[in-house]
Amino acid sequence: MGSICATVAQINEFGLVEPIAILLPFRFDWRRLPGVKFSTAVSTQQYNSTHSIRRLAASSLCRIQKKAAMAVSYSSLLSTFSAAAAFSETKPSIGPVSSQAVRFPSISSVRPFIVPFTSNSPVVRNQRASFVAPRAAAESPSSATTSPTSFHGLCYVVGDNIDTDQIIPAEYLTLVPSNPAEYEKLGSYALIGLPASYEKRFIEPNQTKTKYSIVIGGENFGCGSSREHAPVALGAAGVAAVVAQSYARIFFRNSVATGEVYPLETEVRVCEECRTGDVITIELGESRLINHTTGKEYKLQPIGDAGPVIEAGGIFAYARKTGMIPQSA
Amino acid sequence: MASSTIASPSASFIPTKKELGRSAFSPASSPFSVPKCRKSISKKIVSVMAPQQSERKPAATGSVKTAMTMTEKILARASEKTHLSPGENVWVDVDILMTHDVCGPGSIGIFKKEFGQNAKVWDREKIVIIPDHYIFTNDERANRNVDILRDFCAEQNIKYFYDIQDRGNFKANPDYKGVCHIALAQEGHCRPGEVLLGTDSHTCTAGAFGQFATGIGNTDAGFVMGAGKLLLKVPPTLRFVMDGEMPDYILAKDLILQIIGEISVAGATYKSMEFVGSTVESLNMEERMTLCNMVVEAGGKNGVVPADSTTFKYLEDKTSLPYEPVYSDQQARFLSEYRFDISKLEPIVAKPHSPDNRALARECKDVKIDRVYIGSCTGGKTEDFMAAAKLFVASGYKKVKVPTFLVPATQKVWMDVYSLPVPGSGGKTCSQIFEEVGCDTPASPSCGACLGGPKDTYARMNEPKVCVSTTNRNFPGRMGHKEGEIYLASPYTAAASALTGYVTDPRDFLQ
Repeated sequence: MGSICATVAQINEFGLVEPIAILLPFRFDWRRLPGVKFSTAVSTQQYNSTHSIRRLAASSLCRIQKKAAMAVSYSSLLSTFSAAAAFSETKPSIGPVSSQAVRFPSISSVRPFIVPFTSNSPVVRNQRASFVAPRAAAESPSSATTSPTSFHGLCYVVGDNIDTDQIIPAEYLTLVPSNPAEYEKLGSYALIGLPASYEKRFIEPNQTKTKYSIVIGGENFGCGSSREHAPVALGAAGVAAVVAQSYARIFFRNSVATGEVYPLETEVRVCEECRTGDVITIELGESRLINHTTGKEYKLQPIGDAGPVIEAGGIFAYARKTGMIPQSA
Repeated sequence: MASSTIASPSASFIPTKKELGRSAFSPASSPFSVPKCRKSISKKIVSVMAPQQSERKPAATGSVKTAMTMTEKILARASEKTHLSPGENVWVDVDILMTHDVCGPGSIGIFKKEFGQNAKVWDREKIVIIPDHYIFTNDERANRNVDILRDFCAEQNIKYFYDIQDRGNFKANPDYKGVCHIALAQEGHCRPGEVLLGTDSHTCTAGAFGQFATGIGNTDAGFVMGAGKLLLKVPPTLRFVMDGEMPDYILAKDLILQIIGEISVAGATYKSMEFVGSTVESLNMEERMTLCNMVVEAGGKNGVVPADSTTFKYLEDKTSLPYEPVYSDQQARFLSEYRFDISKLEPIVAKPHSPDNRALARECKDVKIDRVYIGSCTGGKTEDFMAAAKLFVASGYKKVKVPTFLVPATQKVWMDVYSLPVPGSGGKTCSQIFEEVGCDTPASPSCGACLGGPKDTYARMNEPKVCVSTTNRNFPGRMGHKEGEIYLASPYTAAASALTGYVTDPRDFLQ
């Protein structure tokens, strides 16, 4: 997915340093965000998971502000974005309540929005009970790029019929994906079940995240068990998208429902044309996959029936949007 | 029209590696398999034999337009639509939601996150929570996961929670059942015409009862917990017609391995698999469950067997809830139809490392094995143990040459193994026969080593070994060790292999 979490700080009217974490679309130049001053160097990294972002924000916050109990104020930034309801109609927020269907930016445009620190954060204590996640705002910062979403990174190539036991062996299924700490642990075991014939490991020993944000597979990717731990492990490890010739249905469905990885399809056997470590860009809006290392381009299949669910932000968001379940409290 | 259009002649007649199982069938009645890279014609596999279909009477107004398959009818009724076609996405009311100890905690987490910490499930009587995967282990997280289920069931007053607290003695837990899919059937939660969803891929087992049953993930399950419905896409149906008298060395496991070998692990992706024919009608409920159990191994969304007197009889003492079976219309449209003459079938195995790596058992007789595993939802039911015991009796009580692990699926199966007399043995029980031939003592009922599990799981493959197993998957690392080799087989084949120490055709002992 390629979102950047920028933890920035500003000096408020009382002369206090206020840390704010912002989730921005990939390649958006966050320095041009109006109304924000920086008092300390900030860390920016590419993160794909809500939990990672929160942790990053929390750890960045530690560096900027050693004391706890800092009030977070959004006033100056809110003037830039129009304040929206806590849960917009069309997109879920990335806040603490819904961590599931937050991974898919809309294909049409991506707006920056604010991620508040949650009450789970060990550092920041004075949290507002509700938070604002402006979305689909009419105005976007003048510098915001509204280009279609893209993924960019190194690819890891696997073969046909990669089953869920290879993606996440059964012995790790005691980890509960909805538990943030265990979610991270699951990620560290992603694709650990691949046989030794895969010389390049997906995750280096002693690492917990992968450097490959795109997985390229063959036919019937994700076959076998219904374990949702499979797309979750990939997403937690840092995978943004999977590009395969075809998918097993439960894996595909789980990917869409969780929003952990974006499941894309190609007609061509891309797994035979790409090598692990190739630099890839996926232009979603144009349905294109570009292998910068080989210089070749491939067409991606349209997402099909899953499109409306993905665009809404997952099954829960879709159900709320279509009135199937009530808006959350 | 019961079958789809004919494939191009060149594709129909290309022999491939999959011809391996072909000798069992007379050419006239078996479809030719197609080459591996058949993506462009994947929808056009047909039977060589013209399918029988009744004359379509023009006077039957409306029936052509509204003709539906069983699966389409079940989903139509559950979504309150008069008619559905494959490809439609509909919100379907769920009759039963099942979850277990591996996926339950995650589903509960999502339910609470999305519906609120104090939310109530949509129907406390329609959720069945069955710990079964990692039960008899010292793994703390596994044990904690059962505790999470217990807390949730108490909080929500869930009616059906098959709890276990005393792990040292499964019999001390009156509520504990074991493997979820078998427990669902034995406890009467499977009923014709209903929609059953479960957080396990082998939920399709319940299709044996003529219902729509399929596996879903945690997020979907969390959704169903609160909403009682789910967005489902109506699958087209592949029809498998099996006729001919079943030889007495063939079991349902051979049937489904034959089918998966025929259509491959993705041959039924997003499709429903309907099993009909005289052979299917002759199967008892547990054999039908074995058939539907491995539908997911072919990529299938669900499997169905039309409900009949066998079904109704099985359900008599198990459920008092009313149910209404449905059946495919005469003019229902099927994507493809396959016909099999079962009388010619030979015992089948699936070689490592794929359930569609089909071979005849007799062709693998030189494969030396290290162990045999009889258990799981696929091959650990009462009928499966009966079959293994029958073979041991027929062999004259020869001793097994390799460690033979027996894991009954549920408490009830365990009790049957210890109490039911095996025909032809002079009144001996399965357990007595197993003891006499040197099998391991039947273990505590659970999913066991079918999927490896925590390191201390009984019969887990912790070293690279060769195993003949009555389970459902043999992907690398499935039972534990990545280099382990698993041959999937019927209980007959597994028992025969245990007696020789090699992959063995059960006819060596049964004829």
